Amino acid sequence: MAHYLFLLIGAVLVNNVVLVKILGLCPFMGVSKKLETAYGMGAATTFVLTLATGASFIIDHYLLIPFGLEYLRTLSFIVTIAAIVQLTEMVIAKTSPMLQQVLGIYLPLITTNCAVLGVPLINISHSYGFMESLLFGAGSAIGFSLVLVLFAGIRERVDGAEVPLPFKGAAIAMVTAGLMSLAFMGFAGLDRY
Amino acid sequence: MEIVTSPHVLKPVSITRVMGQVCLALLPGIAVYSWLIGPALLLQLGIASLTALAAEALLLKLRGKPVSPFLMDGSALVTAWLIALTFPPLSPWWLTATGVLFAIVIAKQLYGGLGQNPFNPAMVAFAACIVAFPALMSQWPAQGLSLSFGQQLEVVFGLAPRIDALTAATPLDAMKTALKMDGVHASVQELLANQTLYGTFAGRGWEWVTSAYLLGGLFLLWRRVITWHVPVAFVLGLLLISGLCWSLDPARYADPLFHLFSGGAMLGAFFIATDPVSGCTTPRGKLIFGFGAGALAYLIRVFGAFPDGIAFAVLIMNLCAPLIDLFCQPAVFGKKKEAP
Repeated sequence: MAHYLFLLIGAVLVNNVVLVKILGLCPFMGVSKKLETAYGMGAATTFVLTLATGASFIIDHYLLIPFGLEYLRTLSFIVTIAAIVQLTEMVIAKTSPMLQQVLGIYLPLITTNCAVLGVPLINISHSYGFMESLLFGAGSAIGFSLVLVLFAGIRERVDGAEVPLPFKGAAIAMVTAGLMSLAFMGFAGLDRY
Repeated sequence: MEIVTSPHVLKPVSITRVMGQVCLALLPGIAVYSWLIGPALLLQLGIASLTALAAEALLLKLRGKPVSPFLMDGSALVTAWLIALTFPPLSPWWLTATGVLFAIVIAKQLYGGLGQNPFNPAMVAFAACIVAFPALMSQWPAQGLSLSFGQQLEVVFGLAPRIDALTAATPLDAMKTALKMDGVHASVQELLANQTLYGTFAGRGWEWVTSAYLLGGLFLLWRRVITWHVPVAFVLGLLLISGLCWSLDPARYADPLFHLFSGGAMLGAFFIATDPVSGCTTPRGKLIFGFGAGALAYLIRVFGAFPDGIAFAVLIMNLCAPLIDLFCQPAVFGKKKEAP
């Protein structure tokens, strides 16, 4: 039990996808201008990333490794992720139009989110089991959403600040992201004891 | 309760006045600290203040703002003093100067100066320097070290070689290292019995420095420069979680009193976490902010990779402050509360 807890803490805080692994920066910068969009993107990514990590684990263990096709990992994971995103979108459109409205454009955008490809690949390199993979995927996704929402909150505050002209917009967002990453270094070492 | 009739005379509240009182409240701590360490601390305070004022003036000029009114508000001075007090007193002059520059230029002026920075500048400087220069940032003067003013001057300005014998870890860091060492099963009680290092309750010498900070903090409370929410919640957070660990295994976790009075806990509770700019503004938000900072500080200093956790705990809570405030907005009088 403690092992799973530390795995989760490690994925969410200590090895945060965005601030420590520096993955998924495009949505991190792109959809963090408003809190509402950040919620939507976070929810959609959490859903897809958890599924993608689990599915790519299954593909890797039951298809690629038995046939010695490990070199096709990147390619097959991309296809898997795209398929999952499409399937999710179709299911949501049929069953819950409201959820579809909330997730909106973010769902198809996730296909090109490098964190969604990166996390399954990192997961394979850790050689986790199936349950651990699911937990690692979910933890990474929760870490992504957490940081995205916190960043959106800070950006809304910084929007009102009197930032010098050359630093307005993306530049100060980059500085803020850097300082956030610095703050997250404080979590180092908390995932093992 | 004394009832006073009008007319009332208003006492003007200015930033200069508030910052002046914060500096005043730091004085007992500075006095005890420099009596313990020697004049090197005063030297560091001087270096930090000069760098801060110069950087602030330059940045204000670059941004086309009036220099003297903003310079006179004293906020740069408070940042500089906090940096000088949290950095090791014998650190080379350029380390303090780098920290101050990072704080004033990046953490403060890039965001538009006083009142607009989302992170506490002094803690950004501390975190940046401990990540970039981990060895220098953990070399504290060894116990019973007595250097003349000239020798301290030489060490700070890099004229004399930095000898390892001069420096040691803080009691807090020493205890953490001793407990984590493999093969050695020293319990906390055995370690604490070593009075020359750990003093009577929280590290020889350090316990009196932090007590002096507490005194200064109480002065700030009395002058109503800060409200009670953050310090009380901070101490409560630290007490609760350190008490929990201590009651579970007193041989592996030091008692709450040790944690309250060692490292930067008191400075953090009264002077750093109470920063009105980067912290929360709503009363309930302040309680959450303080509690979170206290609890995180304990977790990071005991289980984490750094000697003390105050700086990172405050920065992490700074990150959460806008959201905490959003969810803690008090209802407008006469209106039903709306969900944010």
